[in-house]
Amino acid sequence: MIVADRKSLEEILSMIKDYKNIMVLGCKGCVTVCNVGGEKEVSILASALRIARQKEGREINIDTKVIERQCDNEYVAQLKETVGNYEAVVSMACGVGPQFLSEAYREQKFYPAVNTTFFGGAVTHGIWEERCAGCGTCIIHDFDGLCPVARCAKSLLHGPCGGSSKGKCEISKETICIWDSIVSKKMEQGRLNDLLKVRAVKDWRTARDGGPRRSIREELTQ
Amino acid sequence: MRLSYPSNIKVIQVPCTGRVDILHLLNAIENGADGVYVAGCLEGECHYLTGNIKTRKKVNYVKKILQEIGIEPERVEMFSLSSAMGLKFAEIAREMNEKIKTLGPTPVRKKEAA
Amino acid sequence: MSEINSENNVKPEGDFKSGSNLEKVLRAGHFAFTGECGPPKGANVHHLVEKFHHLKGNVDAVNITDNQTAVVRMSSLAASHLMIDHGLEPNFQMVCRDRNRLAITSDILGAYALGIRNMLCLSGDHQSFGNHPEAKNVHDIDSMQLINLVTTMRDKEEFLNGEKIDVAPKLFVGAACNPFADPFEYRVYRLANKIAAGADFIQTQCIYNMDKFRTFMKQVVDMGLHEKCYILAGVTPMKSARMASFMGKMVPGMDVPESLINRLKGAEKGKQAEEGIKFALEQIEEFKEMKGVAGVHLMAIEWEQMVPEIAERAGMLPRPVV
Repeated sequence: MIVADRKSLEEILSMIKDYKNIMVLGCKGCVTVCNVGGEKEVSILASALRIARQKEGREINIDTKVIERQCDNEYVAQLKETVGNYEAVVSMACGVGPQFLSEAYREQKFYPAVNTTFFGGAVTHGIWEERCAGCGTCIIHDFDGLCPVARCAKSLLHGPCGGSSKGKCEISKETICIWDSIVSKKMEQGRLNDLLKVRAVKDWRTARDGGPRRSIREELTQ
Repeated sequence: MRLSYPSNIKVIQVPCTGRVDILHLLNAIENGADGVYVAGCLEGECHYLTGNIKTRKKVNYVKKILQEIGIEPERVEMFSLSSAMGLKFAEIAREMNEKIKTLGPTPVRKKEAA
Repeated sequence: MSEINSENNVKPEGDFKSGSNLEKVLRAGHFAFTGECGPPKGANVHHLVEKFHHLKGNVDAVNITDNQTAVVRMSSLAASHLMIDHGLEPNFQMVCRDRNRLAITSDILGAYALGIRNMLCLSGDHQSFGNHPEAKNVHDIDSMQLINLVTTMRDKEEFLNGEKIDVAPKLFVGAACNPFADPFEYRVYRLANKIAAGADFIQTQCIYNMDKFRTFMKQVVDMGLHEKCYILAGVTPMKSARMASFMGKMVPGMDVPESLINRLKGAEKGKQAEEGIKFALEQIEEFKEMKGVAGVHLMAIEWEQMVPEIAERAGMLPRPVV
C-alpha cells in the first residue's frame, strides 16, 4: 500500500489559518489501512484542529467526510454537491487524492494533511516499512524476492557495501542491510553464483527519471 | 469505607480502559473539560490482557496532540490502580484536581460559553 | 538483463593499460606505496599544496578523495589536476553518490584530458554522514558498474551506449575492498566480482584486525585473485587510543580489536601516537611478506606530515623510478 504520515498540526493549522469553514476529507484506501487518513484519523484531526482554534479564540467549523477512494474520479464525483460549501478542503489521502480533487474541482482549494512516504506494508502493528521504489522494471526475482533498489540506501545492484555491519546498514542501526539478507539467503541455498556477475546498468526510463508515467490498458479504455 | 473525592469530577464507567479512545479524550477537551484522566487496572492485571497498556499509549498520543497545539499535556493523564484501591482512587482524584487547579481553566472555550 | 563479459577487458601482457607510475611500479614487481590526500573544504590551494609537499617523493601515487564521508570539498578532479602540476601522480577517486552516468563519463574524459592516469571507483559514503544530509543521492550506477564503465571506455573505446569514443581515456582502474564488513564470508566473492568487472588494483579499508585480514588474504590467494589484480593493504596509523575506540565504535565496517586499543592505552603519557605508528610499521613489515599483497595504501588522515617519517621508518624509501 501507499504509506503516509500525518503532517504536524502546526503545519496544517498554518495552511488553514485564514479559513472558518472547512472540510476534512478522508480516504478508505491505503491511508485507512495505514491508519493515517481513514474515518478515525479524520475525526481526530478535526477535533484537534477545533481545539486549537478554540484556544486561539477563532472558532472554525469543520465537517468531516470519508470517501471510498480519492484516486478515483467516480468517487471524487460524489463530492459535487458539497465541496463548494467550504472555504477549503483538507485531504487526508496520499498525494494522489488532493490532485484528483484539484483537477475535478478547479475552483476549490485542497490542502494535503499528510506526507506521502513510500510503498510498503506493516511489518508489525504500528510499524510500516518500505518495500518498493516503483522503478518500473522489477528485478526482485534475481534477489530471491528482496529489492535492493528500494531497500539498499544506495540502491546498489552489487552489494553489500563496506558499511554493512552485523546485518545492519551504515545509515542507522534500525535499518537492515538488505544486501546482507540477499547474500545470506543465496549462501544458505547454495546459489551464490547468481550474484557473481556484473549486471548491466539499470534503465531508469521506466522509473520517475523517464518523466511522469502513464499506464494504458487498451482492453479497458472506452 | 466512605471516602470523599472532589465533586467536580465526573466519572464515566467503561468495561475496560481499552474501550477508551483517543477521540473520547479529545472530545472531552474540545467540549471544555479542564482535564481528563483515565483510571485503569494495574499493568499486568488487565482482564483483557493489554487494554490498559494500549490506552496508556492513546493517552500519550493525546498528550502529544495537546503539546503540539500549545495546551498543557498534563491536562490528560493515566493512572493505574486496582478496583480494591478505593483510598488510592480518592487520592488520585484529589491530586488530579489540585493539578488542574494549578493549571487554571482550559484555554479551550466555545465562544457562546466564554 | 545481460551479462557483461569481462574477458574482453583483458589486454595483452606487456601492454600498459595507462602507463601510470603506479601501474609501472606494480608491473615491475615493486612493493607499491600509495598515499592519500583530502582536498580542502574550500578553494584553498595553498593548504592543498602544503599536503603535496609531505607526500612528494614518498609514495608512488596519491589518492585524491571525492567528497569523502559525504562532506563537501574541492572537487577531486580539480585537486588531481593541481597535484599533477606539482609533480605528483594522483589516483583520482570517484563516487557514484553525486553523479549520474552522464557526469561520470564526462568527468572520466576530462580527467584523462587533464593527464590523470589512475582512477579509484567507489560507491561513496551515504550522504547522511556528511554535511549536506538533505541532498538527493544519485546512485544511477554502482561501483561495480563504474569499474566496468571505465574499463570498457578504455579497452573497447566505447561509451556505455556503444558509441565510439574519439580518443578513449586510458586509465589504470582501482576499486576498494573492505574485508571487515559483513557478511565476512562473502567479502572475497565481492572482491572477485570487482576484479571480474575489470579492476586492475584494489585498495583495502584500513586494517587493524590482522588475524581477520590474514584469513581474508588466504581466501584471496586460494582463489588466485592476487594473480589477476594488485592488492594494496590499507594502513591508517592511530593517533590515540581515543581515536581507535571511536573508529571501532562509530565507523561502520571498521574492525578495531580491543587489544590494539589497550596497547595504545598502555603507552606512556604522550606516546600513544608513537605507539600507533609502531603498530602501523609492524603491519607494513608483515604486508611486505604476506602472500598476495602487492603494496600498502597509507591513509594518514589529516596527518600527512607524518608520511615522510613513516615511509622512511618502513623502509619504503627511496621510491622506485620505473
